[in-house]
Amino acid sequence: MLPLQKNTHRGRERHGEEEREKQMFGLCLMEASDKHAGLPASRLTPDSGFDPPHQSDTRTIYVANRFPQHGHYIPQRFADNRIISSKYTVWNFVPKNLFEQFRRIANFYFLIIFLVQLMIDTPTSPVTSGLPLFFVITVTAIKQGYEDWLRHKADNEVNGAPVFVVRSGSLVQTRSKNIRVGDIVRVAKDETFPADLALLSSDRADGTCHITTASLDGETNLKTNFSVAETAVCQSVSQLEALQAVVECQQPDADLYRFVGRITVTQHGEEIVRALGQENLLLRGARLKNTKEIFGVAIYTGMESKMALNYKCKSQKRSAVEKSMNTFLLIYLGILLFEAVLSTILKYAWQAEDKWDEPFYNQKTEQERNSSPILKFISDFLAFLVLYNFIIPISLYVTVEMQKFLGSFFIGWDLDLYHEESDQKAQVNTSDLNEELGQVEYVFTDKTGTLTENEMHFRECSINGVKYREVNGKLAPEGMTDDSPDGSTPHLTGDELLFLQAVALCHTVQISYDQPDCPVGGGDPFSHANGFSSSHMEYYASSPDEKALVEAAKRIGVAFTRCSGETMEIKTFGKSEKYKLLHLLEFDADRRRMSVILQTPSGGKVLFTKGAESAILPFTTSGEIEKTRLHVDEFALKGLRTLVVACRHFSPEEYIDVEKHLNAARTALQQREEKLQEAFAYIERDLQLLGATGVEDKLQDKVQETIEALRLAGIKVWVLTGDKHETAVSVSLSCGHFHRTMNILELLQQRSDNECAEQLRRLDRRIKEDHVIQHGLVVDGASLSLALREHEKLFMEVCKNCSAVLCCRMAPLQKAKVVRLFKTSPEKPITLAIGDGANDVSMIQEAHVGIGIMGKEGRQAVRNSDYAIARFKFLAKLLLVHGHFYYIRIATLVQYFFYKNVCFITPQFLYQFFCLFSQQTLYDSVYLTLYNICFTSLPILVYSLFEQLVHPHVLQNKPGLYRDISKNSLLSFRTFLYWTLLGFLHAFIFFFGSYILMGEDTTLMGNGQVWPFLHTQDMYFVFVQLLSSGSAWFAIIIIIITCLFPDVVKKVFYRHLQPTSTQTSQMYSNRVAIGDDFIALQPLSRAKSQLGKIR
Amino acid sequence: MVKQEEQLLADRPDNTAFTQQRLPAWQPMLSAGIVIPGFVLIGLAFIGIGVALFVTSQSIQVLEMDYTGRETTSGCFKCTDPDTKNCVCQLDFDIDTLIKGPVFFYYGLSNYFQNYRRYGVSKDDTQLSGDLDNFINPSDTCSPYDTDNDKPIVPCGSIANSMFNDTFVLHQLINGTKKLVPFDGKGIAWWTDYNVKYRNPGVKPLKDAFKDTVKPPFWPKPAYELDPSDPNNNGFINQDFLVWMRRAALSDFRKLYRRIARGDYTQGLPAGNYSLEIHYNYPVLSFNGRKKVVFSNVSWMGGQNEFLGIAYLVVGSMCIIMSIVMLIVYAKFKFPEED
Repeated sequence: MLPLQKNTHRGRERHGEEEREKQMFGLCLMEASDKHAGLPASRLTPDSGFDPPHQSDTRTIYVANRFPQHGHYIPQRFADNRIISSKYTVWNFVPKNLFEQFRRIANFYFLIIFLVQLMIDTPTSPVTSGLPLFFVITVTAIKQGYEDWLRHKADNEVNGAPVFVVRSGSLVQTRSKNIRVGDIVRVAKDETFPADLALLSSDRADGTCHITTASLDGETNLKTNFSVAETAVCQSVSQLEALQAVVECQQPDADLYRFVGRITVTQHGEEIVRALGQENLLLRGARLKNTKEIFGVAIYTGMESKMALNYKCKSQKRSAVEKSMNTFLLIYLGILLFEAVLSTILKYAWQAEDKWDEPFYNQKTEQERNSSPILKFISDFLAFLVLYNFIIPISLYVTVEMQKFLGSFFIGWDLDLYHEESDQKAQVNTSDLNEELGQVEYVFTDKTGTLTENEMHFRECSINGVKYREVNGKLAPEGMTDDSPDGSTPHLTGDELLFLQAVALCHTVQISYDQPDCPVGGGDPFSHANGFSSSHMEYYASSPDEKALVEAAKRIGVAFTRCSGETMEIKTFGKSEKYKLLHLLEFDADRRRMSVILQTPSGGKVLFTKGAESAILPFTTSGEIEKTRLHVDEFALKGLRTLVVACRHFSPEEYIDVEKHLNAARTALQQREEKLQEAFAYIERDLQLLGATGVEDKLQDKVQETIEALRLAGIKVWVLTGDKHETAVSVSLSCGHFHRTMNILELLQQRSDNECAEQLRRLDRRIKEDHVIQHGLVVDGASLSLALREHEKLFMEVCKNCSAVLCCRMAPLQKAKVVRLFKTSPEKPITLAIGDGANDVSMIQEAHVGIGIMGKEGRQAVRNSDYAIARFKFLAKLLLVHGHFYYIRIATLVQYFFYKNVCFITPQFLYQFFCLFSQQTLYDSVYLTLYNICFTSLPILVYSLFEQLVHPHVLQNKPGLYRDISKNSLLSFRTFLYWTLLGFLHAFIFFFGSYILMGEDTTLMGNGQVWPFLHTQDMYFVFVQLLSSGSAWFAIIIIIITCLFPDVVKKVFYRHLQPTSTQTSQMYSNRVAIGDDFIALQPLSRAKSQLGKIR
Repeated sequence: MVKQEEQLLADRPDNTAFTQQRLPAWQPMLSAGIVIPGFVLIGLAFIGIGVALFVTSQSIQVLEMDYTGRETTSGCFKCTDPDTKNCVCQLDFDIDTLIKGPVFFYYGLSNYFQNYRRYGVSKDDTQLSGDLDNFINPSDTCSPYDTDNDKPIVPCGSIANSMFNDTFVLHQLINGTKKLVPFDGKGIAWWTDYNVKYRNPGVKPLKDAFKDTVKPPFWPKPAYELDPSDPNNNGFINQDFLVWMRRAALSDFRKLYRRIARGDYTQGLPAGNYSLEIHYNYPVLSFNGRKKVVFSNVSWMGGQNEFLGIAYLVVGSMCIIMSIVMLIVYAKFKFPEED
């Protein structure tokens, strides 16, 4: 009964989110590059995320496929249980992959050029563009083929996994892909469910089972699923064989938290209809826990299972560099067309005179004379296009891809990003975004598990107005030295005992026995921390705080030892006590507290409640309220997460009243939610305050330094957390996100639009009036959604002027929404999201760069991230050093690619002026072919893998250098123009340098032979001839020096007059590197001042 | 124990200079302190080289004479009429000082586009390498000079067809008598062209190989009779033919015709009066062309070429000037202080 309510409540909320999510991801690209091909959850076919079309709204499933025997029954068709995440098959690989590749504009362009070359009388051989294209396509096809092969392998593994199915009266082993809808499937302990199953029975008498959905939503706690009483009795194959049942349910949809259906069981000719809800459905991908075996009927299979439908295709993230690259390509295409058109026009202008068009020594063929002028014009234009097409760098994409792929290894290899305690190194899931790491402007970080260790430790508590701290498994009151001799029997006062009992009983922690070898989440090395393992007993809790408290209580002497259905058992110093769980008043975000109503061993009825102090203190009537409040504030200031514990003893009359209220609310058919809230409020009052707890979530190492470094680098850090406002602020303060000197503004608990707008305007005014000190902003989830709904601009305005923003009480999708808001704001800043839990996944996927922390909350975030690191502190090196390097490298690579092609092809263009625009090539075919794919791409590739313009230590110690490359500055239009102009200048120098040198065709050789530099068909021995000429060598030297001259002069002046901070620190680091020797060479006065600077 | 530790840290990246990006590196910095001395050095070196190159180039003697005969006063005017056949004209000139040997004798053409693409592809490399199959079936690229009245043209194509066919005889006038200046036509083409790229078919006598083929239409005699004086200088390996087949890059070009390094002229052409007898066959006026002859000697760096020397001088002085400017800027604006 209870979980149903929980789930309906949750389900409604989630459903709305899910809808939005679907819209969000419906637009994503079909193509997804996911390195985690081996994980079925993360890699499914593109059409997932949409609900498949169905003829009817419901599906009818005959359990064990026992269809009705009347003749006119038409079975519904369902998908089989095959999961397909691969993109290609052996047969369609070639056509499909080629199609995909030629959708890339550059590839398509080269294909066209190649075809043109095949068709017209071409100045260059078709090989010159065909071979590079072939090379590029092949390399990419091999890479994609390999990735798809991995996916196939993963699919086969999943689809071929053995499962047990009840068929014709016995248990049959078959492969997962053979499961059909309606099959009864048996799943054993610790196995994952092969399809969405409706639970029929388990080995327990009550037909319940425990599952964990860690791989689906990241929640590691155990959940209880139920079966209908009529089927729960069918615990053996023979009983199941006799079961006559029909399930009717909705068609599959992506909502993990909603399932509506009913089961009709025919018993003794009588039809019994039972409702099926989400608590009856076992989702594919979830894992059976604590239950020996279950039987379930397959409801949704294969690509129609909720997990498959829920797979959000990862929209392919494109980096800013790639966008600039495409712009540059278009510009170059423009230059190419312009040159081709100009050449064609000039050709006709030139050839108007017969003596140029057809001198006696160069007669036309009959065919040429007779072809139509229009055709000739077009063919001439195309010929020029072909001649100049090398201005578009064909190997740009391939080289960039190789650079990214190879370069990304350095992240994984970096010892500084290696976390020794957990033996985890940084992990790169998408190498496409390396350079984006150098462009980050906003960091959105989760708090728990990202900034903190997510390792809750009970630290202090306040019982009845006295502060205690835990010392060696004992409670030590504040101010009292621990002078009691060891070994004395622990003694607890009544208050203390009651408090501890409350802590040990008021929770939703699950216990798991006897599975030391099977932690949740598979091979996660951290998962042992999820369950406190002692005498083969582990606690599982959805909230780590609860777990910490229960564990603390156990250490102190009140151990929670068993929870079976309705009874909870605790051991107080070895003495076992059984409590009967009468009611559980679930936690919810509005009440911010949860309660249990128990029957004590002595028969009394008691309510224990625990929650945020603001949610409990107002309802307390007795106990040390003021002192406790003081203590709670004190705890919060220390950064502890606080909870207040209270109780209420019911007299039998009161309890009857309470039960009446509760049952009325729970069985209400309309407005159940509201009624429940009322009932809860009715019950949770007149509380007796027991005390408060302070749980510490330790900050990770060097968080403060990291945040400070990011801030110096010009990156704005936002903390987005689901935690409550007080805790969030205190953690924010302790990790340096908020400074003590900061003026902290609040936008909290806004109830209405107007109120929110008013508050925003007030804040805006305050910021503008007082811009001397820094401002920090605290927003909570509810206010944020109001602010985002109507006042986006105003909110953005406020946020931009705050140096730190903290969002608390955020729902996962709200986090993503904030990220998207910034991503799409007019400045289009580059955003980075970092988090460790499943609740951060949407944010990680939304941001330009998503970083997962390999924490304790499963691998969900890591799996969906672009990069994964073990600790938050590694972010500084990842961005400041690796990001900086990658950006510089790729920016130079891209600019150089365009530059080199201008240099290469402009002489070709210029030469047309000297050969009557006859499309004579200046270069040999082999040279044309290999220039791009070989001669010029490898040196720059090496450069772009190893370049370090500043020493990494300097980069890390001076985060300000990061600002030098912000806003894609090295690929700005200005820089691009400069490179292009340099390219043209160099091309002119090359061409006219050689032209003047050899223009008169004078001898360059000592033997008087004339050395013309044009040889179309055959380069045979030309190079040797060239290199044996002294003049050629002198010419090469002078041309190179002349080309470099203007650039060097410009650089020297800029460097001297307007040095960027990067350049300044280059000098600095160099001086340090060279050390005293260098200084000694300088005049004494300057050397002294420099020494001072360095030391 | 050690093993256990290793196992514990199985994922630990290797600590090598490569993986940790600590490979030794040198970073040249374009700071004024390095660039100024650098520029001075380069500048001085370049000026030095420039002077040397310039002087070398100046020492080369060149005598260049136009004999197109466009002007009526010119001796070859009579030959410009396309109808005149076997016209011979004379070009008299004086040499003041000895042109040191070996002297090279070039012919030059201008406004002649050997670099026209259609012209350039109009040859059959396989045929020219002596393949008899291509004697019978010349490549299509030779069109329109592939066949003549259904008989294959050998050598085919526009380039071969348009081979330069003026010939020259040089006499020194000593006291009214003409003394023949002997020419050396050996080794004027590239060694590789003569020995590798162009081959005559292995048929002896050479004439038989050309059976059933016709000579290029513009040619006065077939390929196997190009040099009656030297049987080894015929066919495709005729030196003049090889020189012509190597197309010029630009429209004004000169090609080596003969070397003067024999007999009394091994030391060069002495001062005196000379007369060049020109067998004027090649028409150029239809396309505003010009013809000329050039006598030149060479240095180690080839023929006269002032450009290199001047370029070195200019760039060298630019470097020096820039370094002075930089020095001034450097002194005036001190390098911004480190914060």
